[in-house]
This record gives sequence, C-alpha cells and structure tokens, in this order.
Amino acid sequence: MTNTPAIQTHDLTKSYGSLTAVRGLNLTVAPKRITAFLGQNGAGKSTTIKMLLGMTRPTSGDGAVLGKRITDAAENRELRGKVAYVAEDKPLYGYMTVEQTIFFASSFYSDWRPDEASRLLSEYKLPPQRKVKSLSKGMRTKLALLLAFARRSELLILDEPSEGLDPVAIEHLLQTLVARAAEGVAIFFSSHQIAEVERVADHVCILEKGRLLVDASLDHLRQFYRRIELVFPFPPPEREFRITGVERIQTKGLQMSVFASSNAQDVVERAHNLNAVSVEVAPIGLRDIFLETVKEN
Amino acid sequence: MFFKLTPTTGQPLYLQLMQQIRHATETGALQDGDQLPGIRTLAEELVVSPNTVAKAYSELEHDGLLELRQGSGAFVSVKRRTRSLADHVQVARRRLRDLIEQLRENGLLDEEIKRAFEAELLYPAEIVRKR
Repeated sequence: MTNTPAIQTHDLTKSYGSLTAVRGLNLTVAPKRITAFLGQNGAGKSTTIKMLLGMTRPTSGDGAVLGKRITDAAENRELRGKVAYVAEDKPLYGYMTVEQTIFFASSFYSDWRPDEASRLLSEYKLPPQRKVKSLSKGMRTKLALLLAFARRSELLILDEPSEGLDPVAIEHLLQTLVARAAEGVAIFFSSHQIAEVERVADHVCILEKGRLLVDASLDHLRQFYRRIELVFPFPPPEREFRITGVERIQTKGLQMSVFASSNAQDVVERAHNLNAVSVEVAPIGLRDIFLETVKEN
Repeated sequence: MFFKLTPTTGQPLYLQLMQQIRHATETGALQDGDQLPGIRTLAEELVVSPNTVAKAYSELEHDGLLELRQGSGAFVSVKRRTRSLADHVQVARRRLRDLIEQLRENGLLDEEIKRAFEAELLYPAEIVRKR
C-alpha cells in the first residue's frame, strides 16, 4: 500500500465547449512527499484538483487517488474520506462562528483530531465566537487550513493555501506542512509563492495551458538546470548549440545566453571548442525556471 | 548546531546539509557521540521537507559519519579519518591562498576569481574525476 501513488492520472482531459482547460495530463504524485503544483492563473490547476476529488467529471481520461478511481462514484466517496482538501475560494458558512464551524466539521469527519484542532485554534489566534463572515481574508484561510490539518488524512490537497496570509502565518503553514509530511502524509499543493515552494517541496509540477511542462524533483532541477552566459569574438553561432537539453537561446550582439535543463557540460565544451572568450555557468532558481517555461509556450 | 540551507545555489538541499554536518565534525563543532535533532525536528526548524533531512542522514550513515538509532535519533561518529580530513582542509586553504594570490598578480579581479571558482564547483564530482 505504501508504494501506491498518492495521485496518478492517465490522459486526464477537461474541456468546456471549445476551451480545453486540462489536456492529456499524466501526473504522478508520490506518497510521503511534498509536491508543488505551479502554473499561471487559468493554467488548469484548480480544474485538475476538482477532477481528482470528483467535483467535476473529466471529458476523457481517468485517474486514481490513493488507489481509488476518481470516476467511480463509490470509490470517489471512499477516497474523499481519506483526503483533506482546502479549496481555492475557502468556502465556509458565513453565518457560523469559528467555534461552530469547527464543531460542524468535526461531526462529519471520522478521522478528526480534537487535540490538534484546539492546538491550531490557539496557535492561529482565531476568535472562537466571531462569525465567519466578519473574518479577514487571512483568518478565513487559517480557519480553512485548520479544518484540513485537524484531520488524520493520508493526503492533503491544498489549493493556494498561503493566499491572504502574512509572512509569519506562511512560515507557520510551511512548518505544519513539514510536520505532516514527517508523519507520512502526502502533500499536493498549488501556490504562486515560488520562494516558499523552493524551500519545502520535494517535487515540482508546472502546468501551462493544461499541459504538464515540468515534472521533476527539486534536487534534479538544482543539479541540472543551468544558465550559460557566453561571449564570442564573432556573432555567436547559435545553431551549434541547439542540442539536447538546451531549452532556449538568446543572442545580443556578441553575447549569448543558453538556458539548459541538462547537458550544461556539453554546452561549455562546445563553447570552448568554438573559441568563446568568456564562459560562465550559473544555477537557475525555480522562479526563473517557471518564468522561462511559461514564456516559451 | 546551526545549519543554513540556500534553496537557490544549484545544489540539492540534502547535499548542503551533508556538507555542513561534515564540516561541523571537521571543525570540532560536532564531536564524536553528539546527538543531532530528529528528522522531524530538524525539518521543522529549517522548514524543509523531512525527506531532505532523511536523505542527508541516511547518506551520512552510509559514509560512516552518523549512527542512526531507531527511535532515539542520529549520533555523530567521528573516526580518525575525519580528523586527518581536517588537516587536508588546512593544506587546501594554504594552496588556495597561494593560487588566489597568483591569479590576482595575473590581473584577475576578485569577482572574476569568485565566478571562476563557482563555475568550476558546479560540475558534479564524478565529471571532475573523469577529466
């Protein structure tokens, strides 16, 4: 059971009329790991998550969450009992107080941890008697997170969990994610906070226009993604550098900048053989990997 | 023990952690028998994935620098070999100082020297050995 992927999809596709939100997605999220799901607004992240949880039906393709088929009604109900989910819009009942909301949630989750709920309530400094509708955006987010973190789930799916949170609250959220991962919970979260993702995630998936463009561990990205800045004594021979691993080449006068997802050594070797005057290799941060990936498409 | 992991240096975080623990044993900041925090505790403290800490610990155990005891944590195990490593580091420092002096005399700026070092260090160890 431990090696069953937390999430696995096969050619998962969702179209709304002529608009294809998610196209042929083959996603695998490993158990016991922290996987970040990045993409611009409208890239298809929330649609993907909603399909995983049976909230919207795929147009074609299929998938499994914790080994349960998402398109099978009975299996989907079963998997939802094991997955804690925080939605992008953090839907809560405005007329309830914080305390009532927590009590309400505790009554229909069999994996509820009352001790954890009260610990988080005081850590998040949420006012128990306050009505949900009068909470600030950050407090609403905290309450939605509390409802997910207070469960003993096998998988946490969080859609933009840091939205509206201040830096202190984000730090706390990340620590909670780390603690849950240490307990063996698989975590799948979407975020625009790339610097945070870069710190805690084991694995990154970048979605653009419904397609999975990057699916790699952060260790891999750190080890292989490189920017190579070259200067030639003549107009740079761009063609010589269109090799495997080179994702993008930019030329300005005698300067050339190569964005490589692998094979940086070959680029350097070629540059030396072609008499480059200056060769500089630098790692690429996740922010630039994201921007380059999105720009290219 | 203080560790500082930098997400943007182009080096996997587990390797950074391994190097810092190894370095601490070389300087004596960590001594034989010292206990390191548990995986979860250190992961929460550094706010990194517990898998990062677990990988660093298990690789260091494989290298013989840590002893992982079920339920009670990780213990530093410094044998003679690492002490002589500390000597190697001292020798290396002297050689580097000479090399840097020489490069400066050749007219290279500190910034250029630094970038050249960083660029060379980006090659994984295996490739350097092959060259």
